Amino acid sequence: MARNHVSATVNGDSVEFLCETGQTLLEALRDELRLTGTKEGCGTGDCGACSVMVDGRLVCSCLMLAVEAEGKTIDTIEGMAKGETLHPLQRKFIEHAALQCGICTPGILIAARALLERNPNPNEDEVRYWLAGNLCRCTGYHKIVDAVQDAAREIRGG
Amino acid sequence: MSDMLKYEERELKVVGTRPLRPDGVDKVTGRARYGADYNLPGQLIGKVLRSPHAHARIKAIDISAALALPGVKAVVTRDDFAEMPNEFASAGELTVNYRAVTRNMMAREKVLYDGHPVAAVAAVSESVARAALALIKVEYEVLPHVIDVVEAMRPDAPLLHEEQYTEGVKPKPDRPSNIAKRLEYGHGDVAAGFAKADVIVEREFNTKPVHQGYIEPQACLASYSEDGQAELWTCTQGHFVFRAQCAKLLQMDVSKIRVTPTEIGGGFGGKNNVYNEPLAIALSRKSNRPVKMVMTREEVFRATGPTPGANVKVKIGCTLGGRITAAQAEVNFQAGAFPGSPVNQASMCAFTRYDLANVRVVGHDVTVNRPKVAAYRAPGAPIVVFGVESVIDELSKKLGLDPIEFRLKNAAKEGTQTYYGPKLSRIGYIETLEAARAHPHYSAPLGPNQGRGVATGFWFNIGNETTCALNLQPDGTLTLNLGTIDVAGGSRASLSMMVAEELGIALERVRPIIGDTSTLGFNFVTAGSRSTFASGMAGVIAARQMIETLRARVAKIREVPLEAVAWKNGRAEPVDARVVKFEPMSLAEIAAMAGRTGGPIAGHAEINAQGAGPGFGAHIVDVEVDRETGAVKILRYTVVQDVGKAIHPAYVEGQMQGGAAQGIGWALNEEYVYGADGVLQNPGFLDYRVPVASDLPRIDTVIVEVPNPNHPYGVRGCGEVPIISPMAAIANAIENAVGVRLYAQPFSPPHVLEALGGTAKR
Repeated sequence: MARNHVSATVNGDSVEFLCETGQTLLEALRDELRLTGTKEGCGTGDCGACSVMVDGRLVCSCLMLAVEAEGKTIDTIEGMAKGETLHPLQRKFIEHAALQCGICTPGILIAARALLERNPNPNEDEVRYWLAGNLCRCTGYHKIVDAVQDAAREIRGG
Repeated sequence: MSDMLKYEERELKVVGTRPLRPDGVDKVTGRARYGADYNLPGQLIGKVLRSPHAHARIKAIDISAALALPGVKAVVTRDDFAEMPNEFASAGELTVNYRAVTRNMMAREKVLYDGHPVAAVAAVSESVARAALALIKVEYEVLPHVIDVVEAMRPDAPLLHEEQYTEGVKPKPDRPSNIAKRLEYGHGDVAAGFAKADVIVEREFNTKPVHQGYIEPQACLASYSEDGQAELWTCTQGHFVFRAQCAKLLQMDVSKIRVTPTEIGGGFGGKNNVYNEPLAIALSRKSNRPVKMVMTREEVFRATGPTPGANVKVKIGCTLGGRITAAQAEVNFQAGAFPGSPVNQASMCAFTRYDLANVRVVGHDVTVNRPKVAAYRAPGAPIVVFGVESVIDELSKKLGLDPIEFRLKNAAKEGTQTYYGPKLSRIGYIETLEAARAHPHYSAPLGPNQGRGVATGFWFNIGNETTCALNLQPDGTLTLNLGTIDVAGGSRASLSMMVAEELGIALERVRPIIGDTSTLGFNFVTAGSRSTFASGMAGVIAARQMIETLRARVAKIREVPLEAVAWKNGRAEPVDARVVKFEPMSLAEIAAMAGRTGGPIAGHAEINAQGAGPGFGAHIVDVEVDRETGAVKILRYTVVQDVGKAIHPAYVEGQMQGGAAQGIGWALNEEYVYGADGVLQNPGFLDYRVPVASDLPRIDTVIVEVPNPNHPYGVRGCGEVPIISPMAAIANAIENAVGVRLYAQPFSPPHVLEALGGTAKR
């Protein structure tokens, strides 16, 4: 089967990969680039486990074809920590016990960071509705909401 | 060591605190590796062809075209697997029969549900594997099907298993039936009890199957080598049980299969049993290549075990003073395509919260054309408790009694004789009810169309086979090798905490790992809320054993009697320096000398943990009902639960919140929807709606700690109890809000609107 050549920027690095026309960005990230931190929970855009940023927009990578990534800038969970320093959201998720199995965590962290970038001081409802596209089956969301708001406070310098 | 350790009250330094979880950083950075994250050089991709029919006889399977497709390396069907006789084994809370396990893994004579596997292929890519599936020709003779439990119990219902005669009925019935088993529990005389009652309420309830809904679909990677050894990586709640099942199904020696558990992305009972694992090994054996198999979400819904749907009849009588005189239930559970629903556990849980003289529960395990059910967090209990706690609520209203007061008047306590066997040991049901009654939530004001409900739950909790190895490393740090899977509740943290407490050292010095099946003896599945109880017991035994060795080494090094050496503050110190004095030795100092003083130092435990302590919970929920749309909003939720001892309170709260959230989803939205053709219509998260963040309020938690006398730290277990009560509590709250009681789950807008006398607008 003929494969397509794609060039993109992933977590700041220039990358190239080959993909089948029908492959999703999620499959390319996981299977071609071996960035398995982005998860597949449904493949239909309903669970948010595959959330990544594409040119600054929050997208479900299972709903985007890999060939569409040509020339795009993609940010995944693997690029969230800077060196040894965890992003405040990452640290707060651990401190607040806001994760259990952790399979939804990468997607939720990416989505939460996108929220805080546009709204540095979200109230509880804003956090809950923003994260409504990310399913978590373990936590009941309570501690996730706490962690996001606490991280927002820290980032604001409060 | 056969002696179980008993509870001792003592001062605690680590247990009861809230340290960071050892798997935390890996999980927030994407580094944690789950089932689908493992790959091997040269691996093939395996996919499964599934039945499009609810019930059909397989007349022929032609794989020739698929095999001829370039890139296809192996195809397996029923012909590649041995026939299995009836042979029962335990796996999680449910028992499996290998005759059924092999048929569920790969259909033999018939397909029994939409999604039942009929063939599997391994190919060089997923797209080739999918193309190959389309080339397999299966000739079916479609048969009438039955998916409803009441219909399936009728004598003229389509029959799934021609050789299935109802067990538990004497004499043996003269014709086969979909009722695989009838069971009965009880004591006293219910007829006499009802005769003494002033008030009797009898109601019938129906529930739909719901799925565990773990976000990680089943995924595995198998590699079978030419010398007959197999390696398997899989997301599982019990790698030892998976190994046993694969060995049996593939007729291999158990020791020739090595299973490495990956990080698990949720299980909740749904990952207690094999699905693709034996197929992946079989495909690898046939192709001589590693084979990776990852389910789609649709496959997870269609072919892995949901909980049963059910029909439950409850009758309770009591005096005007509020004392229950008799309780009776009939519990009819869908087993799915093969027998083995949790009707047994549900029947035992039905009334066990109450101290009752006259009880009778009859249960039926009924095969229907749906996927074989699997355990789901306190398997069966939420279903039967929905019925019983709804009737309890109705009775308390009829009597004009506060619902918690009514429960307290009948509450089970230490010494209560259960109707299924044992007397209850020290339990905390009364303490839990009293904590719920005292909570500000219970007396907070309510607005119009708002209502409050309460409901309670009981779960046994279990122990079972458990092993661990604690190794002292040359620098004085420790590796705790555990064989009981951390299914995400944080048992790696809680078990390390108990070991650190025993040794008197900082938690950071204990590194927990989950060992593969070749590194430890058999461990049971993480089920029954057993992990922190049983694995904790093993960890404490291993630590105490290590302390004995450490003391002996120090006695040797310092040339003092063993009795003069105490283990205190994380080091060896004189018991009494006035009697025998010596320079204390730290773990690191002893570890550095281990080679010269007798060899490496370790502790280990191989136990069958006994004495699990039952757990009880009480939930309070406020709802608001929209009379126009039928939508039910959860305004406030409080979970009160006796966990014995919260080793890591934040993770205990997480269990209580997560269990409640699953129960809320079960109550309000979740259901399997089948068409008249017996095909599942909602196999995806769009149409099977689990709760999202904006559906839920904060979930308050109150941890009650009545220590389990049969655990060194008093642990009971906490993971399952919190899912039991939400359905009943929410039904009671809806009744309290709008005066209408719901007898069928889910309480979704159309159903609520119908109950309110309106109709859904389309």
